Amino acid sequence: QEPQASGLPEYIKIVEVGPRDGLQNEKVIVPTEIKIELINQLSKAGLPAIEVTSFVSSKWVPQMADHKEVMRGIERHPGVQYPVLTPNLQGFHSAIAAGATEVSVFGAASESFSKMNINCSIEESIERFEEVTKSARNMNIPVRGYVSCALGCPYEGNVVPDKVAEVSKRLYSMGCYEISLGDTIGVGTPGSMKKMLEAVMKEIPLSALAVHCHDTYGQALANILTAMQMGVAVVDSSVAGLGGCPYARGATGNVATEDVIYMLNGLGINTGVNLCAVMEAGNFICTALNKKTNSKVAQASFSAGTI
Amino acid sequence: ATGAYPKRVKVVEVGPRDGLQNEKNLVPTPVKINLINMLSETGLQVIEATSFVSPKWVPQMADHTEVLQGITKCPGISYPVLTPNLRGFQAAVAAGAKEVSIFGAASELFTQKNINCSIEESLERFEEVMRAAREASIPVRGYVSCVLGCPYEGKISAAKVAEVSKKMYSMGCYEISLGDTIGVGTPGSMRDMLAVVMGEVPVGALAVHCHDTYGQALANILVALQMGVSVVDASVAGLGGCPYAQGASGNVATEDLVYMLNGLGIHTGVDLQKLMDTGTFICNALNRKTNSKVSQASCRL
Repeated sequence: QEPQASGLPEYIKIVEVGPRDGLQNEKVIVPTEIKIELINQLSKAGLPAIEVTSFVSSKWVPQMADHKEVMRGIERHPGVQYPVLTPNLQGFHSAIAAGATEVSVFGAASESFSKMNINCSIEESIERFEEVTKSARNMNIPVRGYVSCALGCPYEGNVVPDKVAEVSKRLYSMGCYEISLGDTIGVGTPGSMKKMLEAVMKEIPLSALAVHCHDTYGQALANILTAMQMGVAVVDSSVAGLGGCPYARGATGNVATEDVIYMLNGLGINTGVNLCAVMEAGNFICTALNKKTNSKVAQASFSAGTI
Repeated sequence: ATGAYPKRVKVVEVGPRDGLQNEKNLVPTPVKINLINMLSETGLQVIEATSFVSPKWVPQMADHTEVLQGITKCPGISYPVLTPNLRGFQAAVAAGAKEVSIFGAASELFTQKNINCSIEESLERFEEVMRAAREASIPVRGYVSCVLGCPYEGKISAAKVAEVSKKMYSMGCYEISLGDTIGVGTPGSMRDMLAVVMGEVPVGALAVHCHDTYGQALANILVALQMGVSVVDASVAGLGGCPYAQGASGNVATEDLVYMLNGLGIHTGVDLQKLMDTGTFICNALNRKTNSKVSQASCRL
């Protein structure tokens, strides 16, 4: 396979969000040791970036209550990034004290979503994030920015691409090194992905863009392929497809890392990730959660006896 | 980089045949008939109704005559049936079939294991069907299995796929449906295979039949569309598991396909809500959950 011949990037950086975004949306509270073991297994699988936990109040997100212990307990493999979520300055300080060396902030392209999710307007949230990025800059801590509802909002429905571009630009200008565009409810299709990226690419360099696709409507891989065809080279995914959709009960959420890697391997695109090792990590966490994997590759591989 | 898409895509619904054939539970004839009748109301133009094979081999399709005679045949909709040989063809025509399908493969081992003969011998059998079909003015659709991989041989060369496709097309099949039988294909292998096949068969006569066993179906279909393919097979509710990986999924769900095509502004003529309702009906009848993510998500939003 020659990715360059088909206009695709030669290398895709996979950002593994299972331990944070994935587990945060799982009902069963996972013991700290299990979280740590999961992250260690993922580190060994060759993933270049693993979102570890979230420094939010445990009142809001009980699953992430053990953020300090997890941060301190994991193995830190050289060359692997371990970002953590920090919704505000307080969370940021807490994260740094616990040893974090990279943080993430979460904006949204929808006012309603912003209000319902973090109880403030987009503008107010940007102000909060600016406090974080200012402190982060002083300490040389890289900050990743997320924009939720990039292809649709559970409250507002359609989201205008220019709005996504506007919020992305604010986050990028304040110092986020990368902007991850999230199809939060998975309603996007290759058509809307293309339109949204065209608008955002006018404001943000391609190399600073990532896509975070949800597979709620089965569209994730097609959407990721479309993004890659446009030059995006950073893709978020979640081992075993952990994390349902809080807006459509019983429906799936994150795209499974295994399924993404399978596609990239088939395309001859380098990721540095060992698919078998990810499947084993997926098997480990699904056993701990007492649930079936959401990864089709894992399902097929176990069934065909290739594991 | 993304290329232009076709303005219209013909969706070939294979649920009642390919789907049900790979479901464990035997479905009563009235349920099959109702399924096909409901599908006829969704706007689908082609619905694969049944298979005229020996019930010894495929018990699920034992009621082929009753099904074909029992369904409401809506004008403008085609109801092709599988006919593996001349005997099946004759039975199908006697039962009122107006279109048939034949199944070849790009893998010798798969052909041996599946229908107990070589590719060459299978093509000779098909020649008999083609001749009779030509005389009766019955259109024939050709399928080529294992186009992106074989459960026994592993890798399959694109040249072999092109060779078998060309033979079937030259014999008189009006369309060749290229099947990723075990769903191992990815957008790269799909592109490479199509590039070679398109050298032998005009793209207007090509269809893709993608399995979602490894979650790659929609991405593979997207690439096929980008290369000019405008006929796509799918199965309502993603009916039909994979006989080679127990518990794994098989056919791509028609609902998920139509959702993507709608989002791309590609015309299909299919009413997604009616399609979802049909999926709900057959899943209840089969006492199983849908394999369609669109259906799963829509019920709860």
